Amino acid sequence: MSRLEILKTYKIYIGGKFPRTESGRFYTPKNGDKALGNICLSSRKDFRNAVVAARSAFGKWSGATAYNRSQVLYRIAEMLEGRRAQFVEEIILQGSKKAEAEKEVNTSIDRIIYYAGWCDKYSQIFSAVNPVATSHFNFTAPEPTGVVSVFAPEENSLIGLVSSVMPIIASGNTCVVLACENMPLCAVTFAEVLNSSDVPGGVINLLTGKRSELLEHMASHMDVNAFLYTGTDKKEMEAIQKLGVANLKRIQLKDFSKIYSSEHETPYYIEDFLEMKTTWHPIEKIGATGSGY
Amino acid sequence: MNKIKQGFDFSSSPKVDQVGINDRIARITARSIKKESKMQGLRMALNMIDLTTLEGADTDKKVMQLCNKAQHLHDSYPNLPSVAAVCVYPNFVKTAKECLKGSGINVASVATAFPSGHSSLKIKLLDTNIAVDAGAEEIDMVISRGKFHEGDYNFVYDEIAAIKEACGSSRLKVILETGELGTFDKVRRASDIAMEAGADFIKTSTGKISPAATLPVTLVMLEAIKDYYYKTGVQVGMKPAGGISNSKLALQYLMLVKETLGKDWLTNEWFRFGASSLANDLLMQIIKQDTGIYQSKDYFSKD
Repeated sequence: MSRLEILKTYKIYIGGKFPRTESGRFYTPKNGDKALGNICLSSRKDFRNAVVAARSAFGKWSGATAYNRSQVLYRIAEMLEGRRAQFVEEIILQGSKKAEAEKEVNTSIDRIIYYAGWCDKYSQIFSAVNPVATSHFNFTAPEPTGVVSVFAPEENSLIGLVSSVMPIIASGNTCVVLACENMPLCAVTFAEVLNSSDVPGGVINLLTGKRSELLEHMASHMDVNAFLYTGTDKKEMEAIQKLGVANLKRIQLKDFSKIYSSEHETPYYIEDFLEMKTTWHPIEKIGATGSGY
Repeated sequence: MNKIKQGFDFSSSPKVDQVGINDRIARITARSIKKESKMQGLRMALNMIDLTTLEGADTDKKVMQLCNKAQHLHDSYPNLPSVAAVCVYPNFVKTAKECLKGSGINVASVATAFPSGHSSLKIKLLDTNIAVDAGAEEIDMVISRGKFHEGDYNFVYDEIAAIKEACGSSRLKVILETGELGTFDKVRRASDIAMEAGADFIKTSTGKISPAATLPVTLVMLEAIKDYYYKTGVQVGMKPAGGISNSKLALQYLMLVKETLGKDWLTNEWFRFGASSLANDLLMQIIKQDTGIYQSKDYFSKD
């Protein structure tokens, strides 16, 4: 007797928990005739809840020491390594060859470790002591932007997600990510990895669903400080830029099509979501005996 | 102990059906209000707020700031209703009165050794007089929970009656501090005592004890108000206070009031929220309803 197949329901990830979408809706992406799973079709309210979670996680995550954030990112890579078989299997299920799938998982792990290493180093690169003509010690130091909306790349599942999210959280930002619409399996499984590593709940929130439905809210929400768009759709880019104006969102439009290229391993991706703060600190004297500091 | 006051036996207050209460609340919270009704509810809730600051660290300036917030909730959005009152400690009533002059917003003051209520009647009356003399239109008193637990209901009754007399024309809200009463039966009994003794409002909590206001405990008190109204024809107001910080919850309270007491209670004369952060959440929701854009706390004054 043939048995009835059980299709896994992949849930979304908000504030360290795995709720179903509040809307109760789902969709079933397919690879050919093969259904991949039941995937939540997130609503704007799921996004709203995710922003609340991301905002409340921001203080603690951005306040953690850089060294600690580095350890946490490294831990994600370790946990991913431990579950590599599941990821390879899912990537194959989504239509890739075995060798491609292995390459994707390996590169993803390496890329997480790459950004883990930058956590306590980017600030030295991007900060400066500035020469000024008054008796001030003038310095510029980077701070994380805040809550970031992310459209993860559509062309791939795991590697695109990792490459877009890791540089954002490396500096202490928190984010709400809309996973790839047609290949969302790895994104949800990645959320399970995040949940079992040391990433505090709310730092990365993962939604699944349609760009067309969520774009408006992800770009206009006043409590979101920045938007990372990965893709090339002119209409989407224009809409995001227009909607983001109300609170002057920092909007980054990136082409993630050559995902294995080393251009995606760069501290400038971290800099994309940093705000530079310049401090004028009065000093007693700058004289013949040297400066006051 | 069977205490009888003016023909009213406090120990015979009706017993509360806890399962029924929780079931009723579960049905209320499963509903949602949309569009025009939501907008109307949000504006109504805003108009029912007693904007409150009851901190040890309060200063005249802090109170002035709060009064300013009460009068300028969000000036960039015109035609907003104002809050109902500003609630402060007695020594700040004078400051609040001056700031709110001509605004139509009342000044409410806690009194009677708030929040514990542990002091002599003499001190409590003096406390009340200070607030009333300074011009407070509303007095929020606490009941003696210790005496209540001892079963000395006459003491509790007499105290409320005495304070009511000291209030003169100011309206009296009686805080039961339900978080310290323990059971719904006791909440019901305390509500009955307060209303019999002349309370104009019954109020759940001081905000200093957790749990503060909850929907179930509010329903128990609303039922007490309903029974008292049927019995005497006297309308008594309700004020849940503490822990009500988001709009969704505020709307659920309004639903509960509407469906328990009817629309006569849906004005700030008979229903209030004791809250401070609720106002901003309501404002954010009102603007979200209007513009379709989710709002951020960053763009609303703190107080």
